[in-house]
Amino acid sequence: MTRYVLHRVVGAAAVLLAAFTAAFAVLYLLPSDPVSIMLDQSSTGGYVDPAQVDALRARYGLDQGPLQQYLGALGRTLRGDLGTSVASGAPVAGLIAAALPETARLAALALGLAVVGGGALATAATWTRSARLRGFLLALPPLGVAVPTFWVGLVLLQVLSFRYPLFPAVGNRGVASLVLPAVTLAIPLGATVAQVLAHGMGAAWRAPYVETALAKGATRTRVQLHHVTRNAVLPALTLLGVLVGNVLAGSVVVETVFSRQGFGRLVQSAVTTQDIPVVLGLVVVAAAVFVVVNLLVDLAYPLLDPRLTRGRAAA
Amino acid sequence: MTLIGTARPDRTAVRPAAPVRDAAPATTRASRVRRALPARLRHHPLTRPGALLALAVVVVVLAWALVPGAFTSHDPITGVPADALAPPGAAHWFGTDHLGRDLFARTVHGTALSVRAALVAVAVAAAAGSAVGAVAGFVGGRVDDVLMRGADVLLAIPNLLLSLAVVTVLGFGTLEVALAVGIASVATFARLMRGEVLRVRRATYVEAAHLAGAGRASVVVRHVLPNSAGPVLALTTVELGGVVLAVSALSFLGYGATPPTPEWGSLVAEGRNYLATAWWYSTLPGAVIAVVVLAAGRLGRAVGRPGRTAR
Repeated sequence: MTRYVLHRVVGAAAVLLAAFTAAFAVLYLLPSDPVSIMLDQSSTGGYVDPAQVDALRARYGLDQGPLQQYLGALGRTLRGDLGTSVASGAPVAGLIAAALPETARLAALALGLAVVGGGALATAATWTRSARLRGFLLALPPLGVAVPTFWVGLVLLQVLSFRYPLFPAVGNRGVASLVLPAVTLAIPLGATVAQVLAHGMGAAWRAPYVETALAKGATRTRVQLHHVTRNAVLPALTLLGVLVGNVLAGSVVVETVFSRQGFGRLVQSAVTTQDIPVVLGLVVVAAAVFVVVNLLVDLAYPLLDPRLTRGRAAA
Repeated sequence: MTLIGTARPDRTAVRPAAPVRDAAPATTRASRVRRALPARLRHHPLTRPGALLALAVVVVVLAWALVPGAFTSHDPITGVPADALAPPGAAHWFGTDHLGRDLFARTVHGTALSVRAALVAVAVAAAAGSAVGAVAGFVGGRVDDVLMRGADVLLAIPNLLLSLAVVTVLGFGTLEVALAVGIASVATFARLMRGEVLRVRRATYVEAAHLAGAGRASVVVRHVLPNSAGPVLALTTVELGGVVLAVSALSFLGYGATPPTPEWGSLVAEGRNYLATAWWYSTLPGAVIAVVVLAAGRLGRAVGRPGRTAR
């Protein structure tokens, strides 16, 4: 067991290191000049002082070779220092730490809605014996994946904030302001959950143990709860990392639509101002969240599925 | 490939005469039309009603992209200020915006940019991803390890964030957005292509070609690549819908074409300030995006299915 944990932790750290490397390579080594991008932003008219360029290069360490730059940035990141924002001069780590709690609340609610809604849809679609109902239910997830998030958000705003003022249109205040963004964010996620679960449950319904249970007189509801769901949910757990990653990415659009502060809004403003240190920090944090969630799922797996540990002991 | 969609019993397996499936929905018009087709076509998944509808949508959109002038006589750039924010009606199907420009005309004229961006993105992803995957599959060993771990890492960063990072460096514009979205989807294609190359390499006919004295390069070009192209093509179709979504999301965020030029995502964004007064402004162009993505996805599944069930 200790070996399993150690193996997973080392693997997760390696993925994170590689993600940092990839993001750094994209942002600093692609044929573009970060300093001229930065100067464009803090624009002082058309004239650029060469001495100022050199000073900026030195300040961001861009006068060093690529390897030194990379190692320097890596060392600082490991110590928790993600650099400073070009646009505001504030430390990147502080900006992200201030933005994350707001987005965490939104993400938690959206994930909850997606799992409950997607799970209910998949359960109903595989449990029902009406082919028509099943066809209708299974047609919904592709629709949920196809509608643009920004469009759903705007339509919800239009109907539920402007036409019928049930929810506030903008801002971070109160639970009510969380509902519409969370629903918007939950639709594509819930559709993904429903597709994966419906596939797993469909397979479980055709398994021999279900036939046996039905032959012994169990009702469909009992079979659904005790056999099908338990067997189908476990493999779907691996989806959690992807879902959390998608929530963070989706927050970029949703927080822009609903004018909320948070992780996604920070991404949007950093990209707009081409604030490279902030973008690097945000990508690394997103990758870290993905890696940690996957690690937790991996570690929880043997606890939830005794077959794994027993199989290992036998082997 | 994806696991979704295999639950339905395989229709192509009962090809000769196929009384089993034609017996049930006997008298709908669609099934009568399909029975008039030659047997090969009759059971192709593309001839199912939903897929035909999706195909029609895609054809119309491509026509919008190629000859926008044939579908609307309104000017997409200069409007009639007196007609500002007119609701949808016979004169303006999608209504007009705050400058009195016809929104249907702007949607139709924006199609070319949005569709072209999506095609560029998917072409970049398919070409670069297939190249990486093919090299990994052929060379194997350490090269394979390095390339595929690289692909895993790219998959660990959510696609939208990855393309936003690329856009930060490349700058803003339709082409930049297309490249960014393409680069973000390279890993998916690399994985598929590698799997296909590994599968085809083990096939008997490839072994036979080797034994017959064919060189490595000729085996690759004449046998392995043509035989792994099918699934890659199917994935291209499936990805197209997602790519249209990603491109329009970046355009919505304001990283696409500069203002007077219409683009699907930016059209929706422009309507944001008029949600309370002009419901059609954001809603109708956005609905077009949704319908197109849905149609592309439906078509992708129809194209992907025969390849999956043939084995």
